[in-house]
Amino acid sequence: MGLLIKNGFVIDSANKISEPRDILVSNGKIEKVDKKINNKTKNTINARGKIVIPGIFDMHVHLREPGREDKETVYTGTLAALAGGVTQVLAMPNTDPAIDSPENSEILKQIITKSANCNVSICAAITKKRQGEELVDFGKLKSNGVVAFSDDGNSVDNQEIMDEAFRHAAEHDLLIICHSEDKTLSKKGVVNYGFTSTRMGLRGVSNESEYKRISRDIELAKKHNARIHIAHVSCKESVGIIKKAKEQGVKVTCETAPHYFSLTEEDVLGYDTNKKMNPPLRSEQDKQAIIDGLKEGIIDVIASDHAPHTENEKNIEFDKAEFGVIGLQSILSVCTTELLHKHVLGWTDIVEKLCLAPARILDVDCGTLSVGKNADIAIVSPEQDWTLDKKQILSKSKNSAFLNKKLKGQVWCTIHNGQIVYMDKE
Amino acid sequence: MREKATILDKIMIQRAITRIAHEVIEKNKGINNLCLVGIRNRGVFIAERLKENIKTIENKEVDIGILDITLYRDDLTLISEKPVVHKTEINFDISDKKIVLVDDVLYTGRTIRAALDALNDFGRPKSIQLAVLIDRGHRELPIRADFVGKNIPTATNETIEVRLMEIDKKEEVVIVEK
Amino acid sequence: MVWTKKDLLALEDLTKEEIEHILDTAGSFKEVSTRDIKKVPALRGKTVVNLFYEPSTRTRISFEVAAKRLSADVINVNIETSSVKKGETLIDTGRNIQALKADIVVLRHKHSGAAAMLARHLNIGVVNAGDGWHEHPTQALLDMLTIKEKLGKIKGLKVSIIGDIAHSRVARSNIWGLTKLGAIVTVCAPKMLIPVGIEQMGAKVTNDIEVALKDADAINILRMQFERDDRVNFPVQLEYFKTFGITKERLEKVKKNILVMHPGPINRGIEMSSEVADGEHSVILEQVTNGIAARMAVLYLVAQGK
Repeated sequence: MGLLIKNGFVIDSANKISEPRDILVSNGKIEKVDKKINNKTKNTINARGKIVIPGIFDMHVHLREPGREDKETVYTGTLAALAGGVTQVLAMPNTDPAIDSPENSEILKQIITKSANCNVSICAAITKKRQGEELVDFGKLKSNGVVAFSDDGNSVDNQEIMDEAFRHAAEHDLLIICHSEDKTLSKKGVVNYGFTSTRMGLRGVSNESEYKRISRDIELAKKHNARIHIAHVSCKESVGIIKKAKEQGVKVTCETAPHYFSLTEEDVLGYDTNKKMNPPLRSEQDKQAIIDGLKEGIIDVIASDHAPHTENEKNIEFDKAEFGVIGLQSILSVCTTELLHKHVLGWTDIVEKLCLAPARILDVDCGTLSVGKNADIAIVSPEQDWTLDKKQILSKSKNSAFLNKKLKGQVWCTIHNGQIVYMDKE
Repeated sequence: MREKATILDKIMIQRAITRIAHEVIEKNKGINNLCLVGIRNRGVFIAERLKENIKTIENKEVDIGILDITLYRDDLTLISEKPVVHKTEINFDISDKKIVLVDDVLYTGRTIRAALDALNDFGRPKSIQLAVLIDRGHRELPIRADFVGKNIPTATNETIEVRLMEIDKKEEVVIVEK
Repeated sequence: MVWTKKDLLALEDLTKEEIEHILDTAGSFKEVSTRDIKKVPALRGKTVVNLFYEPSTRTRISFEVAAKRLSADVINVNIETSSVKKGETLIDTGRNIQALKADIVVLRHKHSGAAAMLARHLNIGVVNAGDGWHEHPTQALLDMLTIKEKLGKIKGLKVSIIGDIAHSRVARSNIWGLTKLGAIVTVCAPKMLIPVGIEQMGAKVTNDIEVALKDADAINILRMQFERDDRVNFPVQLEYFKTFGITKERLEKVKKNILVMHPGPINRGIEMSSEVADGEHSVILEQVTNGIAARMAVLYLVAQGK
């Protein structure tokens, strides 16, 4: 049984396609991509006026399972992913237990096999329990299928341990993803350091706490010629440091999250805890630097940093509320609203940053519409105006920074392994 | 809003206030222990004129106070536009005084009810009398004036506007149709 | 000027006209406290709940007196006696108070933004009686009322705020309020107690007490709290008094009619000498009296806001 997507405008950055194409899918694979495909299949999607892109690979997602099933499960998280056009995610290891051993990664693998609605790659911790003290068994975890390592949520403070981690990484050709935060500088900060923290009477998180740690980690990676990926880049200086490192040939890549190029510290002024994340929303100047970094190609990837938290953890005093926002269902729409329609990036670049770059960085076979590849496809209504309503959120947690925000561009249909797994009811 | 008729002009207002002054003195057999309290806004200016008239007749000053009844209104929670609170200035002890309460228009009686409550919080006067420039009828409470400049029967769709030099830059009483 | 807000959360949120309206209304309310019978029926039948998560005798009593002089019924809820300790959230507590058909919640809380959050979740009025380091709007209102009363105006006056600016909600509310009304505000403290970007709120910054005192029409001296937990590099008490303490000698060199204010409670011999606290320039007790009028005005106004 096949599936024919007709009349869509196909963006496939890997194959340099950016024109009207029909796509024929059979047996879960892409069988043919051509200008006009006439096939007798009953299963035809008329994608006239739509943009057809590879399924998104969101490489920064907290599925919370095992351990915090009250926030999110692999099942609900991946359901939300499909509604956001995301067909592949990288699950971060700050679960309970943390993914710090082959046994624990096996637990997660079984949950994925049982309940995932899209593909889930696994990121393991760098250190045991993510405590920054004892390194995990990189080799075993890698052979168990782990594609990257990160203590996300924490930075490895001890320089010697991080140095050792990069030595292993170089040896086993592993990717280390750095949550770059010097907690001796960010302390108990909850909003951007500066006028915002002062006028709100809250403790601030300086840019310095981020970029100084990025500098350190890049230096260590450089020393071992290891691969390093910087997670959720939020500020201007960080972009500068990464740019310089790239020019020097360091094997560094990085990502930012949609909120860092669409929102600023001004959005936090009402003490809305759905605008509380780590790193915090930064200044207008930082936001502009992130946008420029995306434009210039310094920032390789856009990932949501999907971080579900329950209402109990968010509907409390700003200081006490958890850091983080969900983002799987809005990642594409924020990109179209803020980047495409504001002429920052064209479709080819957006597909590069959402689909192709993560696949390349994590060495996962996805992110293209090449013949023979898995048929993971997102079809987008590029001009659709909509507002993210709490009721629409499929994630178990509803802590979106974009609730009730007007967005332009929406996922219309998602295809995973050749099956229509999500279709906008409109 | 349409102005229907001018009921009193400047001279007539003057005459009415002069007459009330005489009546006040007569009724109280002089001005011993007497004081005036004007209700904001226009009652204050009528009270001041009464004081001047009494002074001309009796050659003596009477105490005068200003009362803002906003906080004593019985409709405070009903009206959407919160009325602005102004100062109350009664700088003398009203206990055992004969008070003449002064306002421009007597209508439902609710303002006077509020004023009586307010005065009650300032002490226990010997008596309270009421002087108004206009009584337009339609009482909703058992209140009547002791001194009236002019009785003007009105319909409910009409209002009385008292305009005084001190605020309105002219001097007249008009009947206005809503 | 028509008041429309159901809450008073921060002076940052108010216009110049709204602040002036509160001050004018407060001016009218002052007289009530001078009467024999200190009570007007304006809020008869209304219920005001003082919800205090931080101990504060002074502010709580002031709000209580203000509400009672407006004939409201007042209920005081303190953290020790409520279910808060059992882990009820602020919003749940607020909703319970709302379900009791209270009309106004007066909230004191150690976390910045607590009042704003509560106001978002409740339909009844919320008055911020101090939230973290953020704002203490009624304190600034009574400070401004005092300045206006004593010096006849606020516009163009030079007001210096001296002390721990970084951790002070009183400072923040005063800076917003005073600058909106056209005063020239200077903040003065050791460098470590000047928060970043404060000048963007419209205040001048100095670390020199002589500069802060020179030409000032009024000084507002903040309470120094040396005992707090997370203070690194905090100045030593004695050193602070030497460098920043307000003494009779320091006041001899400045404007003759300078007003000396303090939100209380005073640390005698730390922020200021006893001579100054009790001296001719001190209007500290008048501030307390004005606090009642300011809070009466606020309660009266928000009671009708929607």
